[in-house]
Amino acid sequence: MWEIIISSLPSLIEAMLKYTIPLALISFAFGMIIAIGVALIKFLNPKINGLLSIFWKLLRLVANFYVWIFRSTPLLVQLFIIFFGLPSIGIKLPPFTAAVIGFSLNTGAYGSETIRSALMSVSKDQWDAAYTLGFSTPQTLWRIIMPQAFRIVLPPLSNEFIGLVKDTSLASTITIAEMFQVSQQIAAQNFQPLLMYVEVAALYAFLCTILSVLQHYLENRSSKFIKGDGN
Amino acid sequence: MLKIKDIKKSFGKKEVLKGISTIFPEKKTTVIVGPSGSGKTTLLRSLDLLVKPDFGIIEFDDLKINFSEPFTNKTANALRDKTSMVFQNWNLFPNLTILQNITEAPIYVQKVNKTTANKQAHELLTEVGLDEYADAYPSELSGGQQQRISICRALAVKPEYILLDEPTSALDPEMETQVLEMLERLSDQGQSMIMVTHNMQFAKNAADKILFIENGKADFDGTKDEFFSTSSPRVKEFLHGISLN
Ligand SMILES: Nc1ncnc2c1ncn2[C@@H]1O[C@H](COP(=O)(O)OP(=O)(O)O)[C@@H](O)[C@H]1O
Ligand SMILES: [Mg+2]
Repeated sequence: MWEIIISSLPSLIEAMLKYTIPLALISFAFGMIIAIGVALIKFLNPKINGLLSIFWKLLRLVANFYVWIFRSTPLLVQLFIIFFGLPSIGIKLPPFTAAVIGFSLNTGAYGSETIRSALMSVSKDQWDAAYTLGFSTPQTLWRIIMPQAFRIVLPPLSNEFIGLVKDTSLASTITIAEMFQVSQQIAAQNFQPLLMYVEVAALYAFLCTILSVLQHYLENRSSKFIKGDGN
Repeated sequence: MLKIKDIKKSFGKKEVLKGISTIFPEKKTTVIVGPSGSGKTTLLRSLDLLVKPDFGIIEFDDLKINFSEPFTNKTANALRDKTSMVFQNWNLFPNLTILQNITEAPIYVQKVNKTTANKQAHELLTEVGLDEYADAYPSELSGGQQQRISICRALAVKPEYILLDEPTSALDPEMETQVLEMLERLSDQGQSMIMVTHNMQFAKNAADKILFIENGKADFDGTKDEFFSTSSPRVKEFLHGISLN
């Protein structure tokens, strides 16, 4: 048994390093950029008028539509539309690119709601305090509100990241030889499906455990200010 | 000198400020009193433009905003720089140390060099006997200590006036005394202050001028001596009510 496990390990790890981890990392990075942008569009109420305010309203409409559509459809269907569907209107994407686009847009939609609610949960009083000292809105966001929101957003965003790592297995359906697909191929050759799928499950668990440890480390660091009784 | 003319403000249908005019003398302490809900907080927040009045004029020397006319952000910011507010619940930044709470605005808004800003912050902290807490976080301090820090934070941006909205009403009596002593000292040093308070002892000790707000209007505007000896039945009734508490 150990022989089978050990002999399959290099191909699985190769697939993990080549596809699973890059897919998760790149998609999460793009997803967070989208999420922060969308969250700010929904959260901020800039004091502008005329054409600019119409533009802002339009932007908000687009943001709302985007979040709605990606949260109300299955990720697998989204991947199929991007990879198998778009070519019929002339947009042909390589599998890895298609996967990154799908995962990023999906993560961005969920993440934006998480980030927006964290921004809202920081007290309005903090804005008043910053404004009275002369901070501008971007300065207040960056120096006062976001650091406090970060602590709130860390656990739910970690969940989303961990979810994404596992969801990369769906990329196997759009021809990417990521870890799960490789385990399927090996199982088809050595007729050991139980062993192979348990092994790949263990590798996913290993990755996610590293992320949990990282989460705890970041949580401790970012909440060093919550000592004492609070007030 | 800070002056306001006919300031009006409504929230929805409710008119909270019904045309208030007064002057806030420089290097003096103006105390604003009045029943709760009368519009004191709204008036104070208007001075710092945390609330934007619907009507009226705020001016400081040759800076002037008439709220019936358009005005630039530049004018608004210049006017806001003249005042800095201290809140009822102090509102320190929980993610920053005590020192950073005080130096954040000088460094990042006013572009004061960091060494200078730190030095000034330590001086302010030393003056109130809290320098040992420079590297602590707000949550490690008592309410009275946090409020004194927030006064230091307001002073650090060197405003012409500090505005205080019931700075001691969330504190127990012992801590209230510490904060009021600090404020009386500032008042003696000639710091221009505008303070909303229910503490008549502070008004008697430190006020130069008293503004009594009732129902969105200034019902009394005069010196402390005039206030405490006024024949106005409404002021008398208010003072009587307060002394019973
Ligand atoms: N942002 C706001 N939105 C709606 N109503 C407000 C707002 N701020 C204050 N008010 C109302 O204005 C009135 C005066 O409030 P305030 O200025 O806080 O009075 P005071 O400080 O004298 O107790 C109250 O009735 C209050 O409910
Ligand atoms: Mg009030």
